[in-house]
Order: sequence, then structure tokens, then C-alpha cells
Amino acid sequence: MAHPKRRISKSRRDKRRTHYKASAPTLTACSNCGEMKLNHRACPSCGYYAGRSMFVPES
Amino acid sequence: MRHRVRGRKLNRTASHRLATFRTLATALFREKKIKTTISKAKELRCFAEPLISKAKTDTVANRRLVARHIQDKDVLKELFSEIIPKIGDRPGGYTRIVKLGQRRGDAAEMAIIELVDYNDVNSKVKSPKVKIKKESIQEAQVIEETSVEKVPEVEDATNEEVKAEESFEEEVKTEENSSSDKKEDK
Repeated sequence: MAHPKRRISKSRRDKRRTHYKASAPTLTACSNCGEMKLNHRACPSCGYYAGRSMFVPES
Repeated sequence: MRHRVRGRKLNRTASHRLATFRTLATALFREKKIKTTISKAKELRCFAEPLISKAKTDTVANRRLVARHIQDKDVLKELFSEIIPKIGDRPGGYTRIVKLGQRRGDAAEMAIIELVDYNDVNSKVKSPKVKIKKESIQEAQVIEETSVEKVPEVEDATNEEVKAEESFEEEVKTEENSSSDKKEDK
């Protein structure tokens, strides 16, 4: 079986990992309550989606 | 290759999967709105909507076909008698799926699947039952009260008439006194 000739140095390994990034979620203001929410999902703070109440949030 | 293979396996065996869909569909018809994972909701749509289409024509054969999956007699009756008149005029598309976001714990994408035309936050089934019970109790109390009251009224009727006459005479006297007072003032 083929094997790597050289151990990957810390520098090379870390340089590869510079492209591993977390991306911020795209949020928009809820049309009903104004809280920030994920697109295409019911608003977790007011329970509305597309002008329609899907659930009543606790509290 | 699994190109164009329909359906999700949901990490279940065939029998487990069928049982899952049966319970989910029964719960959906009973509660009208259930919360589950997005993949189960989407698969449930493929399972529950044909049952509704089948239930549109109410025959013994169709009832048995649906009863094969909906193994709760009350839910089965409700499906044929209440749900179908409400949403049966649609050409399919009886359910609505709305995504909710990720669940805490395993970060599974959750969704609400509901029967269209049943978009009430509080399930309709539970609230009227309580009201009916209260109303019936109140009505029963009222009936009891009236029945108890009516009997003494008949007995006291003659006494009350006498009292009424007496009180009328008293009123006349007081009126005379007041009129005389007014004259004195003038």
C-alpha cells in the first residue's frame, strides 16, 4: 500500500485549515414581531410563518 | 448507486418504518397538527395524503383499506365524518409543512406538519369538549334550581298576593303624605 513520504508539518496542516470557517447564518427580521429569524422557518419568538401563527411560544 | 430511489429509510427496517408512519398518520389525524423532524414530516406527507384521498369516497372497501393503517377506530371515524367534509374538496395537498429550526440535543431540523383548514393554534378538539361539559353542568344546575323554586311559588302565591295588596295600600298612604308635605312647602 502507498504511504505518505513525509509527515505533514504543523505549518502545512494549519495552512490547510485556514479555509475551515464557520459562516454566520443569514437572518432577517420577522415580519410579525421584528425579531431576527432564520429564513424559511417559523419565527421562534412569536411562532408565525407567512402571516400565520404556527405555534404559541412558551412563556 | 441509489440514483432516483424514492423515499427515505429513516434508519429503520421496513416494518419499523411502516409502524412509524402509521402512528404518525394516526397522530396527525387525531391532533391535526404534529411536530416532528423534517424528514419524517416529508415522508409522512407521502403516506398520509393518499389515505385522505382514499377516504374521500366512503365505501366499506375504502374504510377497510384506510383502517389497515389507521388502527384507532375513533380517529378513523373522525377522518371519514369530519376531516373529509372539511378538506376533501381539495385536489390533493391536504397537509402543510413549516420548518421550525434545529432541535437542541441532536440538532435535527424540526417541522410542524398540519392538516390545511385546521390552522388553529389551540387544537379544536380539546377546547369544545371542556366547554360542552361546563355548559351541560350549568344547565343541569339551572334546571334543578327552577324545579326546586317552582314548587314553593305555587304554595306562596296566595300569600304573596295578599302581601302585594297590603304593600300597595301602604304606597298609596305614603304618596298622600308626600303630596301633603309638598302642599305645605308651597
